[in-house]
Order: sequence, then C-alpha cells, then structure tokens
Amino acid sequence: MIILDLALMLITAYFVGFIYYGLYRNITARFQRRIGPTIFQSFYDSIKFFGKKEAISHGWMFYLGPIIMATGAIMTLFFIPFFYQSESFSGLSGYGNLFLVLYLMLLGPLGNAMGVGVGGNPFGVMGVTRGLTRLFALELPFYIAVVAIMSISQSADIATIAGSQTTINAFAHPLLFIAALFSFVAMMGQSPFDVVGAPVEVYSGPASEFSGKFLSLLMSQSAIFSFAKLVLMVNLFLGGADGFFELLWKTFVLFLFVIAFGAIYGRFKTPQSVDFLIKVPTVIAIVGLIFATAWGN
Amino acid sequence: MDEGFLKEQQVMESDLNSETSHKSSVDFLMDWFRRRSIFVLAYGTGCGAIEMPPTFTSRYDAERLGIRGAATPRQADVIIVSGYCSYKTLRRIIRTYEQMANPKYILALGSCTVNGGMYWDSYNTIKRLEDYLPVDMYVNGCMPRPESILEGFMALQKEIGDGKISSWQKYEDNYAFYRKNQEAVLGQTVAPAYDADWYLYDGGL
Ligand code: SF4
Repeated sequence: MIILDLALMLITAYFVGFIYYGLYRNITARFQRRIGPTIFQSFYDSIKFFGKKEAISHGWMFYLGPIIMATGAIMTLFFIPFFYQSESFSGLSGYGNLFLVLYLMLLGPLGNAMGVGVGGNPFGVMGVTRGLTRLFALELPFYIAVVAIMSISQSADIATIAGSQTTINAFAHPLLFIAALFSFVAMMGQSPFDVVGAPVEVYSGPASEFSGKFLSLLMSQSAIFSFAKLVLMVNLFLGGADGFFELLWKTFVLFLFVIAFGAIYGRFKTPQSVDFLIKVPTVIAIVGLIFATAWGN
Repeated sequence: MDEGFLKEQQVMESDLNSETSHKSSVDFLMDWFRRRSIFVLAYGTGCGAIEMPPTFTSRYDAERLGIRGAATPRQADVIIVSGYCSYKTLRRIIRTYEQMANPKYILALGSCTVNGGMYWDSYNTIKRLEDYLPVDMYVNGCMPRPESILEGFMALQKEIGDGKISSWQKYEDNYAFYRKNQEAVLGQTVAPAYDADWYLYDGGL
C-alpha cells in the first residue's frame, strides 16, 4: 500500500504545486495592476514544453541534471509527512527524519550544477554559481532555526515536531520563525533573493540551455519541490496539519506571504543577498536559539 | 507578391470556411495546450521593437492570453521580427530561429518585413522576409500598435489551435531554397547548415 500512498502524494504535490504556481503568476499580476494569466497557466506551459522537439543534444550528462533534480525533489516530498497523525500520506517518513530531508534538499541543486556545467552555456554556469553561493548563505539561518526547533521538541521526527506544538512554533518562538522565513523566501526563489534565474541578468540561469521535455521536467520538479518545502515549513512552524483542508490553507497562507514579499521588493545583487542572509536572519536565529535554550519550552 | 495581405485575408475569412482538419486526439490536445501557452523571444530588429514593451507589461498585459517573454531561444515558441532587417541582423535571426525547438513560429511586424517598406531601396536591408525564413503571421502597420500585435497573436493562436501551422516543417523541407536566398545576401557569413554543427565547429564550443 505504500506505493499507492507515494503515488497519491506525488499527484497531490504535482497538481497543487502547479496551481500554486499559477496563483503566483496571477497574484503577482494583480500586484502589478494586470489581469494576469489563468491559474492553470504554468500547467499549460509545462505540457506544451513536453510536446516540443529538441533541435540538438548535449550528451547524456547534460540531461542527467534535471533528472537528478527531479529525483531530489520527489524524494524530499516522500520523506515529509503531510499530516502528523494519519497513517496515509506519510510516505517514507517512518524511515527517515529531518536530517535526511535537509540532506535530500541539497541533492537537486548539486545534480543540476553538474548537468548545467556540461552544457557549457555561460549564463547557465553563472546561474548555478549564484545558486550555490546563495544556498550556502540561506542554509545558515535555516539550519540554526531547525536545530533549535529539534532541540525544543526533543525529536528529529517531522510528524512528532508537528504534533508536539501546543502553541504553534511560529508564535512560541517568533525569532526562529522569522529567521527561517527569510531563508524560506530565498529557497522559494523570491525577490529580493531571486538571483539565480534573474531575468534580464542571466536569462533564466540554470534553465537557459534546456528546452522541450527537460524544461518541462524542471518546471514539474520545481512545482513539486515548492509544495514539499511549504509542507515542511507548515510542519515545523505552523503546527502541522490534520487534514487536507488545514494543510491547504496553511500552505496557502505561507505561500501568499512569500508572493507578497517577492512582489514588493527589488532584487539584491548576489553579494548583497549573501551579506544580508548571513547577517540579519542568522543573528535573529542565534538570538532565537539562545532564548529557546535558556528558557526552554 | 502580396503574401502578407493574402495571409491576413485568409485569417479574416477563416471563420467562414469551417473545414476541420483531421487530427489525432493527441495532436488535438497538444494544439490546445500550444495555443494557450506562447513564449515569445522578443528580439528587436527594427523600429517596431518599441511597441513590444507596452504589449507585455501592465498596460496591454499579453500574459492574460498566455503570451509571455522567453529568456532564451531554446525556451521560445515565437520569434518576433519587429521590422526591417539589415543583413547583419538577418544572420542573427537565422541563427536564433534555428536554435529554437520545434514547433516554432515567426511573427513579422510592419511593412518592412512584407516588402521592404520605406527601406525598399536601401543597400543593406532585405526586402521580403518570407524569402529567407518561413513567416507565419504578418502584422501590418508602420509601426503596428500593441492592439494590432495582440490581434496578430490571437490570429496566430487560432491557427495553432486549428493545427494549421507547420512552417518549421516547410523550412526543413525547402531548406535548399531558403539557404540559397540566405547565401545570396550573406555570402559565406551565413550560419553553417541547419543542424547542431554551428555549435561544434563555428567557434561555438
Ligand atoms: S515598418 Fe515602419 S516602423 Fe516598422 S521597421 Fe519598417 S519603417 Fe520602422
């Protein structure tokens, strides 16, 4: 039955992820006083790319990049339980804890770096370099916050962390939440930290050399991965979810915040974003960690 | 001859003759998605390029029709040739077009792409774009307003949805013809044959 469970998780993440991406484009359009595309637009785009025929080949190493990335995204999803009590939609979370999830989240970007490097497109390489630099910076506050949360809950099991929050962590430990939220905005690739695919600077960065099915795969994995990250944040800081309705509104509120944040800020330069992430959220996270350990739960 | 005019006339009359093309259901579905998602490589060649920013930004908002900008030729479906092409520009357009993935379309703006327009007797611009690349849709005007560009896009979407466009196929089938015309104006500086080899031999990688 675990196969069925995993398949259902994947399908849910795929469709919800794409609808969130459509909403992202639509809501951003409203911020800019436009009508904007339908909420299914990203889905249309990805299917259209799936039907395109590529003109050239860069060899198998190049195409391994998106595949590793998709593998990383899907595995991350499988190890994050959707609900903290229920048996279904818990995927493989019984076999691995938060440490594994944090590790798997790195797999995709590294695999993609390998593929893009083979492609040799200067903009792709530039995008990957920017991505890895930003990754290094955003991990620092995020990991500090996550370690603090783990020590508060006395567990590295995501479902336990989600279930053990009497007051949700976002209110009980606001400093940790704020620090993690900065990293989360960066993880979702939103302004002011959208240095990786920066349009007009590096022409969609790592994706610039991909077309057709592999671009479609990249879009799908990013939809799935975004949903996985949202569920992770909900589990760690917003008290988890007990049913689909709760999961959807909690992830959506978080997503809406990220969109709104992205819509009103301009883009940092790469060094600025690293500087900011290493200074402001990291300091907030450390102070939060001290508070959490000094006063406990 | 006046192919641009004929093409537009066809589009305007297309509602009248309701012959349906025979497509498999997969093609039907793919065309349905294709017409709803159009990525445009806005490559500004002539004066008409100035009308593209308003088309894609808040004032006219092409994204509500599923039309948005693409960053690189690999991701693009449509290339807009926005006016007169000098020989130098033509070379770039040909290369860019050949890098795009099938199915791909060309939208040509302004009278300069139809017959040379006011650059008719210029020594370094081409007259008919149709001779060098397969154009799918012309938008008249000197220069066309964003409304006309959007109308051109909608006509293109309709043709894509009906599965009537196969210009990339036409380019591959009649490559000798196009190549001859390209060489006539560009000489040996035209891109190497339509394939991956420019990437490997022409100082690419
Ligand atoms: S048609 Fe008119 S506006 Fe367009 S490129 Fe030619 S001269 Fe310029």
